[in-house]
Amino acid sequence: MAASLLIETCAITRRDPRSGQVLLHPADFSLHQGERVALVGASGSGKSVFMRALALLDPLDGGTVHWQGRSVSHRRVPAYRRHVAYLRQRPALLDGTVEENLRYPYSLHVYRGMRYDPGKARGLLAAAGRDADALLGRQAGDLSGGEAQIVALARTLQLDPQALLLDEPTASLDPDSALAVEALIARWLQDDPARRATLWISHDPAQARRVSTRHVAMQAGGTLNTESAQ
Amino acid sequence: MSPVLQDLSLVDLAIAALLVLINGAISMLLRLDLERKLLWAALRTVLQLLAVGYVLGWVFAYDRWYVVLALMVAMTLIAGVSGSQRGAWRYAGQTRDSIVSIWLGSWLVAAAGLLVVIRIHPWYTPQYAIPILGMILGNTLTGASLGVERMTHELTARRDRVESALAMGATRWEAAREPARQAVRAGMLPTLNQMAVVGIVSLPGMMTGQVLAGQSPLQAVRYQIVIMFLIAAGSSLGTLGAVLLTYRRLFSADHCYLAARLLPRSAR
Repeated sequence: MAASLLIETCAITRRDPRSGQVLLHPADFSLHQGERVALVGASGSGKSVFMRALALLDPLDGGTVHWQGRSVSHRRVPAYRRHVAYLRQRPALLDGTVEENLRYPYSLHVYRGMRYDPGKARGLLAAAGRDADALLGRQAGDLSGGEAQIVALARTLQLDPQALLLDEPTASLDPDSALAVEALIARWLQDDPARRATLWISHDPAQARRVSTRHVAMQAGGTLNTESAQ
Repeated sequence: MSPVLQDLSLVDLAIAALLVLINGAISMLLRLDLERKLLWAALRTVLQLLAVGYVLGWVFAYDRWYVVLALMVAMTLIAGVSGSQRGAWRYAGQTRDSIVSIWLGSWLVAAAGLLVVIRIHPWYTPQYAIPILGMILGNTLTGASLGVERMTHELTARRDRVESALAMGATRWEAAREPARQAVRAGMLPTLNQMAVVGIVSLPGMMTGQVLAGQSPLQAVRYQIVIMFLIAAGSSLGTLGAVLLTYRRLFSADHCYLAARLLPRSAR
């Protein structure tokens, strides 16, 4: 059986709410289970705009996003974002310790019934090559950029999303941290390779090759080129 | 103790005005460059208060419900409009939100105070209705505008965290809860601080006025207690309302944070 469809967009568009300028021309895209896709293109071509639209973080000016074949109603947006996790380039942690940050999602309504699993959190931090015991008690504000991104990633991955939308997660990190982030994502994929999928924005061609099996290119002016082969 | 207030002549006012010269001297001495502002502020004080004195004198004498109501509405609208002028960020619809929240907060509380606690009769007795609504309005305006200022500031400063929460599956309310909490707190604090020091550090104007007019201090104090609680209730209702309306403007039903709706105020 062909891998089933996770996300499908139908002519989604975005305009700048102030100037009315088109940020994203009608874009059709689909992400299937098990797929690893790189989204490439020049700076300012609208890759982030597209990815944020895919995460339903900005209001669409047209088109629809389907999750597993069903359109996502307003009420179901938080549940959609639970399955389709978006990770920003610069991590945003809450004030407090690393452990408090890792516990935070479980206070949200959409994760009711799930509980923070210290073993799982430690496993994720260890997989990134970090000393979990030392890290958990530290204040989020004291972390380096690389450590903060690893914590942000662990915070998301512990929730078992099905698709990851990664907006240049390693662009502002040192090489060691960047590799740790890649390793962490690779491990998450390996846990259930047939069902999980990633869409990764990267400016680094070598990284794009490492983390994907299919390339999608964004052209200047916000046009998604789905024709492009890898 | 004289039961009647000493009448002030225009000469007395002129002597008091001389005291403002102290401010002027300090400004010139330290080159604060405030003389023009000071002159303008002093003139406004005189003109605005004289005008209000005449208006109130007329309203009290005329004593018709529709005149009192119209004046109360005008006061509320002015409070609502000036409440929306504060802070580094603004959004479309802010003036309307400000008027609605200040109106609801202050009128609900004023009605409770005038009709249930003080039990004025008729309901529009201007000597009570206008000054008491005025005091509640002033504090509700401060609370609501501080609350909105803080809310927009927090949402701008914490935009990354708000969006990360949304991206993890937080509902719009879960993502906005912490900024909203901070905002309501900021709006309520001035009133709480005022309540904590009232009578020790400052004697409130209304109480002072009653004592000067020959009222017994114990009665004046009772009035002041009622007023303090009305002010506290009005400003917290107004703050809460203003923050919730801001929240509704800046978060959409499909759980997006509409950061583009916040504009820097200078860009007007």
